Amino acid sequence: MLWLHRFGSLPYFYRVSRPIAIALAVPGVLLAAYGVYGGLVNAPVDYQQGDAFRILYIHVPSAWLSLFGYTSMAIAGVVALVWRLKLAEIFLVAAAPVGASFTFLALVTGAIWGKPMWGTWWVWDARLTSELILLFLYLGVIALHNAIESPRTAARACALLSVVGVINVPIIHYSVEWWNTLHQGPTVTRFGRPAMEMDMLWPLLCAALGFTLMFGWLTLWNMRAQLLWRERRSRWAKKVFSDA
Amino acid sequence: MHESWQQFWAMGGYAPYVWGSYAIAAIVIVGNIVTPVLVHRHIARRIKNEEYDD
Repeated sequence: MLWLHRFGSLPYFYRVSRPIAIALAVPGVLLAAYGVYGGLVNAPVDYQQGDAFRILYIHVPSAWLSLFGYTSMAIAGVVALVWRLKLAEIFLVAAAPVGASFTFLALVTGAIWGKPMWGTWWVWDARLTSELILLFLYLGVIALHNAIESPRTAARACALLSVVGVINVPIIHYSVEWWNTLHQGPTVTRFGRPAMEMDMLWPLLCAALGFTLMFGWLTLWNMRAQLLWRERRSRWAKKVFSDA
Repeated sequence: MHESWQQFWAMGGYAPYVWGSYAIAAIVIVGNIVTPVLVHRHIARRIKNEEYDD
């Protein structure tokens, strides 16, 4: 527990977050690049969709991150509300723009994919609509944070919205099973025989893991900036930059 | 698997969709990398110049 206490100290976190971010960035970028290369170059052509299916390797990892990111914010939200941990507040505020941008990416690549396959950019089916609501939830957290002057009050409001909004995550996940959607059903998480060839599936898993590590990296990067802004008048922050 | 580079870039006739998606992804990722670096640098410079000390 002493270790945890030390990690909660802001100057200590500021110092160690940089090497941790780099340790996430390097394997994250390599895995994502390997996955995308495998998907674009090595994977066989889909017998139904031709080469258009290769959008999958950017669409699915982005969509996965949109759910992973919001869930992590909700967990940080509980920690921030119950234990008033400053780092949890900073995490959820820092993760919001990263999550929002990948939600946007999932929606846009989905639309671009939908046009040649479904003949339309957009339909109001359950999967697409619930994912759009997720984007609005992310934007809500960002707007709330910008609207409230006191950083601690702002973070508590954001934490509350994150916790309440997380109900949307299982709705998105199960939307393709609960409702009749134009969006296809689950491929990766299906039980039994995988619905994809290994040459197709393997790069996708690499890309998804790579994107997840990159999410950690980018969120830590944002946390450092956010932390410095909050602590801009503190003695330790001044010391960091006067010695440098 | 593609037979030639030409075929690779053509993406079976879906080139604008596939490459468009990847181009937008690249912009989003680069934006996510650069923005916090710029914000961090801006705040660090102002701390160093003691602009927050009023």
